[in-house]
Amino acid sequence: MNFDKELDVRGLICPLPFLRSKKALTAMASGQVLHVLVTDPGSVKNFGAFAEQTGNELLESAEKDKFFEFYLKRK
Amino acid sequence: MGATPEIAVLDGLITQRIDAILSQRIEQALQQRDQNRTPSMAIIATKGTLDWAYPPFILGSTAAALGWDVSIFFTFYGLNLLKKDISDLKVSPLGNPGMPMKMPFGPDWFKGINWNIPNLIQAGIPGFESVATTLMQQTIKNNGVASIEELRSMSQEADVKFIACQMTVELFSYKPADFISGVDFAGAATFLPVAQKADVSLFM
Repeated sequence: MNFDKELDVRGLICPLPFLRSKKALTAMASGQVLHVLVTDPGSVKNFGAFAEQTGNELLESAEKDKFFEFYLKRK
Repeated sequence: MGATPEIAVLDGLITQRIDAILSQRIEQALQQRDQNRTPSMAIIATKGTLDWAYPPFILGSTAAALGWDVSIFFTFYGLNLLKKDISDLKVSPLGNPGMPMKMPFGPDWFKGINWNIPNLIQAGIPGFESVATTLMQQTIKNNGVASIEELRSMSQEADVKFIACQMTVELFSYKPADFISGVDFAGAATFLPVAQKADVSLFM
């Protein structure tokens, strides 16, 4: 999937993945896509809720070899 | 003339109509209001040790990441968390029976041992607290958990409001220059109305 910015938060623990994602999204323009790479299982489980609560649509999520990836569209 | 019975009939019809749609409209209006309002959280932070520094900043920053309005009121030892240099926050195992004492180094079987050190020894050995603090800091680093400095600055970036209790600032002879910038100084009378309107109020 196409994305405008990539954020690698692998190895970081909740709540850092969300805080960094929020910071990255705020700096982006509406409609742009953020690609996030996460390893922390706690954050992975909550990414859907994070997307829903903040209104940034979760376009796609996938489990890769050693991490998870999420595509968020900036609202 | 002849108006009264017609008005009575009209009245009856109007009342019927209102009864039929009123609860529906109220329900709709309430739902709309719920959807549009921003959740809010108020935290009162009263402790200044390393283990108690995490709860206010983690909860505050996470709520802010979710788009909530967050205010943290720092009072008593919580003021410790607002100092410019917080790299020296300590944690004490003394009288803290809930604290797991596991070594953050060595082979896995070694790391798994929970060392139950009696209070008498903890209190008797000078420097024990420093050792415990260092081990805790190492454990935190090993697990990729954010430092307090980082959580604090991310909280401020996410617009979490920091309020220092004016009374305890004076009580412990702090000066505003001792603290980081971006802190408001106020009292309980100012903070309580904020807490009243908040959806979640926490004392830690």
